[in-house]
Amino acid sequence: MVPLFWRKIKYRYDVVGSYCEKCGSYYYPKRELCPKCRRKGKLRDERFPDEGRVLSYTIVNGKIIAMIGLNNGARTLAEVCAEKVEIGTRVKKVFRRYGEDGDEGIIYYGTKFVPVC
Amino acid sequence: MRVAVIGVGCTEFGELWEKSFRSIFLEAGVEALEDCGIEGREIGAIYVGNMSGGKFIDQEHIAALIADHAGLAEFGIPATRVENADASGGSAFRQAYMAVASGMHDIVIAAGVEKVTDSADPMGVLSTSVDQEWERFAGANLPALYAIIARLHMHEFGTTEEDLAKVAVKNHRNAVHNPKAQLRREIKVEDVLSSEVVADPLKVLDCAPLSDGAAAVILANENIAKKFCDTPVFVDACTQASDYLALQCRKDLLTMRAVLKASREAYRIAKLEPRQIDVAEVHDSFTIAEIMAYEDLGFVKKGEGAKLVREGETEIGGKIPVNPSGGLKACGHAVGATGIRQIVELVLQLRGEAGKRQVKAEKALALNIGGTGATAVVTVLSR
Amino acid sequence: MIGIVSYGTYIPRFRIKVEEIARIWGENPEAIKNSLGVFEKSVPDLDEDTATMAVEAGREALQRSNIPPEKIGAIFVGSESHPYAVKPTATIVGEALGVGNYYYCADLEFACKAGTAGMQFCYAMVRSGMIEYGMSIGSDTAQSKPGDALEYTAGAGACAIIIGKDPIAEIEATVSYTSDTPDFWRRDLQPYPSHGGRFTGAPAYFRHVVSAAKKLMEICGYSEKDFDYAVFHQPNAKFPQRVAGILGFGEEKIADGMLVRAIGNTYSAASLLGLAGILDVAKPDQRILLVSFGSGAGSDAFAIRVTEKILSYPRNTKVWEKVKNRVYLDYALYLKHKRMIK
Ligand SMILES: [Zn+2]
Repeated sequence: MVPLFWRKIKYRYDVVGSYCEKCGSYYYPKRELCPKCRRKGKLRDERFPDEGRVLSYTIVNGKIIAMIGLNNGARTLAEVCAEKVEIGTRVKKVFRRYGEDGDEGIIYYGTKFVPVC
Repeated sequence: MRVAVIGVGCTEFGELWEKSFRSIFLEAGVEALEDCGIEGREIGAIYVGNMSGGKFIDQEHIAALIADHAGLAEFGIPATRVENADASGGSAFRQAYMAVASGMHDIVIAAGVEKVTDSADPMGVLSTSVDQEWERFAGANLPALYAIIARLHMHEFGTTEEDLAKVAVKNHRNAVHNPKAQLRREIKVEDVLSSEVVADPLKVLDCAPLSDGAAAVILANENIAKKFCDTPVFVDACTQASDYLALQCRKDLLTMRAVLKASREAYRIAKLEPRQIDVAEVHDSFTIAEIMAYEDLGFVKKGEGAKLVREGETEIGGKIPVNPSGGLKACGHAVGATGIRQIVELVLQLRGEAGKRQVKAEKALALNIGGTGATAVVTVLSR
Repeated sequence: MIGIVSYGTYIPRFRIKVEEIARIWGENPEAIKNSLGVFEKSVPDLDEDTATMAVEAGREALQRSNIPPEKIGAIFVGSESHPYAVKPTATIVGEALGVGNYYYCADLEFACKAGTAGMQFCYAMVRSGMIEYGMSIGSDTAQSKPGDALEYTAGAGACAIIIGKDPIAEIEATVSYTSDTPDFWRRDLQPYPSHGGRFTGAPAYFRHVVSAAKKLMEICGYSEKDFDYAVFHQPNAKFPQRVAGILGFGEEKIADGMLVRAIGNTYSAASLLGLAGILDVAKPDQRILLVSFGSGAGSDAFAIRVTEKILSYPRNTKVWEKVKNRVYLDYALYLKHKRMIK
């Protein structure tokens, strides 16, 4: 599974998504085809805002997993590193470990969020 | 060409430790054949809903396996597996329906089968129905995503944890009268609320159990249906729609657009209004999913789903009984078999063979969902 | 003029107090606090490591300077707790910072001084014209065997320094003093470091720090009076205090850099975080003496002069402010955070 992770490193290590130059839509995760403009769309990679707010969340396996609405309107599902959050909590991105492939495999890094103090 | 369901069969759902994958689909298939007195060689094609033979029992190519063990490979009958996560059964039914409706075949079997308890991590396998690269990576499994939907529903519409619990209580009560059901015991709202939290705010008793099970139905065109069956049940519509796979890509987390689209299409084809549906089997893999189904199927307005269960309108005897079988919640959720199992229940209801859980019904609707709603299959049946 | 054009710091928000560790081992916390001058130490979150902290520090450094990431021509990450034994941390940092693919990159290890060694590399590369900007990061989640004296001080943190022209603080000169002195080490495949006890003092820390500092002053023709601030590697609070005394610096010149009291020894990040503490408050034309120390052993000394540019440079959030954002752990949670229990 190393190539599968490696291929998306750019989009995981930072919140890099797609922007359609034709219709102005933002997509996260990255898309190859704009659902609105179809083949006429013109997508390019763009670094998305560092901040957003919690739209909804759950706590599963002791971790807060939240749907985050970024400041450009795109959404991302990510872990929030905090003791608690609420719907509406303002958050900003941080670089963290998501897991590792056992003791010998690679480490999966990615973007999580923390509340903005 | 009109299509009718002429035979149904279903195994008990549950942890069937003694039974193998190969034995359960045979059991359901034979029951369906016996139900309409078909021998076997008349069958034109087999469509099998199965989510993950590969992950659950390390077996792919299961349609051929089924044809083989059902003795139908002897006749060279074509068999195809259909995979759409837990909407595999409904999707297989739709393929079978199209095969008959198109005139290509006269008689077709639609089956669904899943053997989950041979796997060490059934919920992990079921969760492969969500976006692995962006949702599972983030630490979300299937219950977590439904929990995110549930919390937002509660926040936006005032739905409460008690409302969710009432869905489970109702479906458990119905399952008591279903001999095929996995959880044939009544529970109370307090039992749900005090059960272990799986993905806050969802608790164990908000979640359908994962079950072993198989179901099969036999479809035939209307011209020959009467030859095999005195009480054919007609398929008035069978529609399917897709939505974005990952929750984060959907504009509105509180509407399952695939359900909206498939149901509206089905109502148009069947020429009826949602209020004309007398009984429904919906995909309550999580209690919130049943409340969302009320809304997206048009039984109530968006945001008023909880009101329906609060007022008891979806109980047997209510305005629109939902999940008289016990639903996925209490009858059990044998993943790829669930969509077919829903059809079996509705056929029994329309024939008037549902025993103590019988509902008075002319028109019935089944809603089968894949994952968090990226696939929805809606079937409208009538007597 | 070449020097520091930006810096960024990162301190994880968890802490454990000396009292809590002493409680486990039945030791007297007052005696330990007295002898080390350390009251609590920083602890990484469950999902933090040297790479994640390095990225956070690097991001802050980039953000404050407004340097486009692709202009960073070199990245060095100094640490003795790289997450991989083989596979660089610095590539992870480069990717997360979005510097592109054409950049010089390596991981460094020289006990606690690999971060300042990276600064020297960047300085030389900028000076030679090889690169426009270089980033050196010291980052560590220091390991310590439960029950070992190191457990009271082994902290976690990171500091990123960007070297380039037109700096906020000019590097006037740098010199190193190096010898083969095994005062502290970790053998390959061993989880925890070992140390020579009191041998880490006079022949190791003091000899190297003092020799490097004196050589630097000799080269520059400076005396201690020419420096407004001094920051030394800080394995505890006592060593830098004593070395300041030996070199003639008063307590007031080192106070702003003494992060060790509040976050412990952050190893490769320690002297750099101390420097950040001083840069946070320094004024134009003030001069700072920076001397790191890495066991094994060596010291890198720098004469750093703050420029007018610091007045328009955004220094918030200051490192001492970050120290205040903290959550205390008990010893069991501490073990979990350090992945000693899973
Ligand atoms: Zn577009």
